Amino acid sequence: MTGDALLSVRDLSVRFETPDGTVNAVNGIGLDVAPGECVGIVGESGSGKSQTFLALMGLIASNGTVTGSARFQGTELVGLPPRRLNQIRGAKMAMIFQDPMTSLTPHMRVCQQLSEVLVRHRGLSHDEARAKALAALDQVRIPDAKNRLDQYPHEFSGGMRQRVMIAIALLCEPALLIADEPTTALDVTVQAQILDLLGDLRRRMGMAIILITHDLGIVAGLCDRVNVMYAGAFCETAPVGPLFRAPQHPYTRGLLSSVPRPDQRGGALTAIAGQPPNLQMLPPGCPFAPRCAYRFDRCDTERPLLREAGAPAHLKSCHLGGFTESGAVLP
Amino acid sequence: MIGYVLRRLAGAIPTLFIIVAVAFFMMRAAPGGPFDGERKLPPEIERNIKAAYDLDKPLVTQFGLYLGRLLTGDFGPSFKNKDFSVGELIAAGAPVSLRLGLSAITIAALIGMALGIIAALNQNRATDFSVMSAAMIGITIPTFVTAPLLTLLLGVYAGWLPVATWNNGALANMILPVTVLALPQIAVISRLTRGSMIEVLRSNFVRTARAKGLSEFTVVTRHALPAALLPLVSYLGPATAALVTGSLVVEQIFQLPGIGRYFVLGALNRDYTLVMGVIILYASLIIALNLIADVLYAVLDPKVRLA
Repeated sequence: MTGDALLSVRDLSVRFETPDGTVNAVNGIGLDVAPGECVGIVGESGSGKSQTFLALMGLIASNGTVTGSARFQGTELVGLPPRRLNQIRGAKMAMIFQDPMTSLTPHMRVCQQLSEVLVRHRGLSHDEARAKALAALDQVRIPDAKNRLDQYPHEFSGGMRQRVMIAIALLCEPALLIADEPTTALDVTVQAQILDLLGDLRRRMGMAIILITHDLGIVAGLCDRVNVMYAGAFCETAPVGPLFRAPQHPYTRGLLSSVPRPDQRGGALTAIAGQPPNLQMLPPGCPFAPRCAYRFDRCDTERPLLREAGAPAHLKSCHLGGFTESGAVLP
Repeated sequence: MIGYVLRRLAGAIPTLFIIVAVAFFMMRAAPGGPFDGERKLPPEIERNIKAAYDLDKPLVTQFGLYLGRLLTGDFGPSFKNKDFSVGELIAAGAPVSLRLGLSAITIAALIGMALGIIAALNQNRATDFSVMSAAMIGITIPTFVTAPLLTLLLGVYAGWLPVATWNNGALANMILPVTVLALPQIAVISRLTRGSMIEVLRSNFVRTARAKGLSEFTVVTRHALPAALLPLVSYLGPATAALVTGSLVVEQIFQLPGIGRYFVLGALNRDYTLVMGVIILYASLIIALNLIADVLYAVLDPKVRLA
């Protein structure tokens, strides 16, 4: 499996030194992404999902340290010197971010922000780069792209700016696109357009996508496989179908039952009680135990490791036997 | 853009009028006059002198006469520097102050920005702390300390540089006064640059630029720097005006024929017309440099529309 993986992450951890102590944002993540695959990373705010992938891109804050291993097309990313990393990011591995309103440089024309990537990685002349930049804006379906090329970011709406971000990310036809909550800041109708665009581009260009989100609905529509993240670690990982049909981790079950459903009107929404743990002082046992309805003695003393949960490629970190599709608890 | 500049210049006329009026009446409200000395002049001579300078007329009439002369470009005669008109004094002194001030602010901007960027890129490391400590010292030590100190070290002991005089603006004579003028500005500018640079380096668009795989140099100079310079531009306008109108301390210590000393000496001597001349020059410079700063703002930030 590791041999043909595009990205292979092993035991990746990210820590931040703060005046209040060490924050363990990511704790020993393992992940394989095959070429062309779409992998969803789901978790609530502060679960470490963004920091994991910012670490791969070499973009974490200066007080952070990354340990473990992340091989991308055979190159070890952890500890890679900036010069080498700059040959990979933006070219073979690209990332788009949560907030399109502030993610483009305000004092540069859109054309410049697109073409500098091509000049840098492909060595194109400015005229060639401009032509390709125009084609890229067309590709992400920006109307009247020719005239918008010389505009500044503030002349674009949020959805259009995210399209520009996607166009920038795809310029060099990367093998992997990391999309960090690409639709969170956008209107619902625009969300659907952007997701539709990402799915379409993925099919046409055959690139792999890592989609970071807290929205399970987005994952269901776009991804092949899902990793559910809690307190800096994966608690369940499975193909989309089995995960939604028979979630095996109590946290995943809680997430799924807190999604509002039109066929169950009237009742109050179910929420997961309690707060995520303090990442400066993780409990010795299962980090979800304090909020878990199924908790028993072992949960407080022994941290559960990822293990197979009934089906192959379906893993969970939980001491419980599991759940049937109808929700009955297995011993 | 040109329409905007013209409108701003037209708007400057009432501003200047108010400044002239306030300065005129405040000067006259101060006790004493230009011809009051330790020895009292004979009444008839004093009357003659006052009549010669229109000082015997009512204050409002004097103001009207002064404004009338101003409109023809005449700043009037200096009350203390006999045989010189204020226009002549300023014309002789302004080029000296202008040259010193512009050299100092240019050097200060270049060095200050460079130090600020270096400090920001090495935030909370030894380089940052040493640059910022030096800047703090630069801000707190006044020019009347640095000027004699540097003169003593480089001029008297080492003998590398002339200790004083203008010598028609020879480079060797410029180095010490320009350094003394620039040092506190370097300190302020480097701290301002560091602060705004640190903020911009944390922004989302710099993260995007890094994610593109651009070199650190491109990220800093093309994406971060123009945004970081915005707060600096609004500081540089008035700072330049203050520097090019001269500094009393520096001109006094280095015996330079600039206009900085006219400001203080003129006010102390009740040399009404001279003080008015320097105030008008200073006010015009402030207005002009603020206008330049606003135009620069529009260049650096496309969201700013000049209308």
